[in-house]
Amino acid sequence: MEGFLRERRDAGRKLLIAYITGGYEGWQAAVETAAAAGADAIEIGIPFSDPVMDGPVIQEASQTALDAGATPASVLAAVPDLDTGVPHAVMTYYNLAHHPGHERFAATLASSGIDAAILPDLPLVESGPWREAAALAGVETIMLAAPTTPDTRLPELCEASKGFVYAVGLLGVTGERAALASTATEIAQRCKRVTDKPVLTGVGIGSPEQAVTACEVADGVIIGSAVVRRLLDGGGADGVGELIASYREALDGG
Amino acid sequence: MVMSDPTEEGRFGEFGGRFVPETLIPACEELEQAFREAWNDAAFVEEFHRILIDYGGRPSPLTECYRLSEQLGVRLLLKREDLNHTGSHKINNVIGQALLARRMGKSRLVAETGAGQHGVATATAAALFDMECKVYMGQVDVARQELNVFRMQLMGAEVESVSSGSKTLKDAVNEAMRDWVATVENTHYCLGSVMGPHPYPWMVRTFHHVIGDEAREQCQALVKQDPDVVVACVGGGSNAAGIFSGFADANSRLVGVEPAGGAAVGRGVPGVVHGMVSYLMQDEVGQVQEAESISAGLDYPGVGPEHAYLASVGRAEYPSVTDEEVVEAFQLLSRTEGIIPALESAHALAWVVRESTSLKGQVVLLNLSGRGDKDVDQMMDILGPGSDR
Repeated sequence: MEGFLRERRDAGRKLLIAYITGGYEGWQAAVETAAAAGADAIEIGIPFSDPVMDGPVIQEASQTALDAGATPASVLAAVPDLDTGVPHAVMTYYNLAHHPGHERFAATLASSGIDAAILPDLPLVESGPWREAAALAGVETIMLAAPTTPDTRLPELCEASKGFVYAVGLLGVTGERAALASTATEIAQRCKRVTDKPVLTGVGIGSPEQAVTACEVADGVIIGSAVVRRLLDGGGADGVGELIASYREALDGG
Repeated sequence: MVMSDPTEEGRFGEFGGRFVPETLIPACEELEQAFREAWNDAAFVEEFHRILIDYGGRPSPLTECYRLSEQLGVRLLLKREDLNHTGSHKINNVIGQALLARRMGKSRLVAETGAGQHGVATATAAALFDMECKVYMGQVDVARQELNVFRMQLMGAEVESVSSGSKTLKDAVNEAMRDWVATVENTHYCLGSVMGPHPYPWMVRTFHHVIGDEAREQCQALVKQDPDVVVACVGGGSNAAGIFSGFADANSRLVGVEPAGGAAVGRGVPGVVHGMVSYLMQDEVGQVQEAESISAGLDYPGVGPEHAYLASVGRAEYPSVTDEEVVEAFQLLSRTEGIIPALESAHALAWVVRESTSLKGQVVLLNLSGRGDKDVDQMMDILGPGSDR
């Protein structure tokens, strides 16, 4: 994923990643339309029973997917058939990697066509064994840099992160906010100072205008709750496609 | 020795650790640092113990149960944590954490609560130290513990009903953590049990160590020996950790009693949730299962990591009892000793009753972690008003 994103960034493109909750009704079609509408990568959520980094929108989608019988296996089994032409990451919680064992989970991801993993409750200090197993299987681990992460830890965190560096835009859980937090540009700036990897800002970006502002510093943005809310509201894959197209247009200066 | 300090990484053997979002790592580090300094500061320790005495009512008595001992054929001693201010052992921990929060310059406390005992204790400490307080409580628990909700509100706390997931303690923890992620700069998460990320399991046990210290001295004075068995109920496991820690180096058998519907040690496998590696009830892919217990305070699918460690090395054992056995024990203590126990604490007694034959003639120290006033409504629903059972 890192090479793919670097190349696009270096060509002058602002990067856009769409998050979609796996297992939620119509998620595969939503993934494909998001990619067609200009997403540079897709983040697929594997629903977990206790999503502590997620706000109400993604919680609801996760719970609905779980109630409908979604499992890590059922979500991952659908990934090879997705026609997107861009890299895929999964976003889930650490216990789903811990339970089957690092090697086995990493191998399952790799064989399903997943390029990278985001585990928001696995901080740098606890992440060594997982990152090693993932790397051996060819899966990149994307680390999160928080507004509270001290400058002393940032270089090590950015070095450990593969794929890109996920700059957490605010103090809080996933969800749209009325205004872009000042922390969003600050954390991206601090990451950019210590790494040349792509730095993408996520958590709290709720409009194309906010995405443009965030990208004055960051290399791109991750749009999650806004996308999932379209699905919850019944907008379907077309609604997701329109939404991603509006972000793409804004980021391309349209 | 077991029940000494965890490793630098907050591990008890393979259990424990610090599995929280990166956002919270600096707060955990700050808390660990503040706790280490405070606990080495004689003035802090002195203030902590003074408040527990003058305000909390410590030391709590040790009560010998004459009638019930005769009936069961064991010598049963109760450590009366039910007589503490707010009605349970929880006050020890919240006084310690509120003092620490003040020392760190934090003006707001958030907490999770199951039965409401920890929520009430946190609201109490917040009132005492003039702090803002928000307590997260599962919707199911709000309904079955409405008196405790009102108590918290009387003391100025805001109670938020949590309607996600199983709507009980596990989800209240999730919601409190989400709050903390967003408010970490001015807020301390006053976690109510020996669980969560390092340093909580160690710190909370340390604040409850006073239970075990007092009990050991009181046993020596009363029966001139360490008890043969020390028994306590276990949800997250804070009251058990407190009393066990006084007897870690004794020859006493340590027994933590879990509810059958939330037997993390008995039925769980190692997993990671709420910041720690510990035994956890999970399904076949690793989704956390919902606990189901008559007692809101034990309705938790995990257990503190130090208990997982004590179980794994065989220093403590963790049997479980059913809701029916608990209801019987609840009535038994009420009738024979005039003490209405919390449903949580009744789990420990239910085990003693079941095992009374094998415990014959032994000195059994039971941590009566809380009083049953909060459970009277629920028991009236189960037994029926005017029940002469």
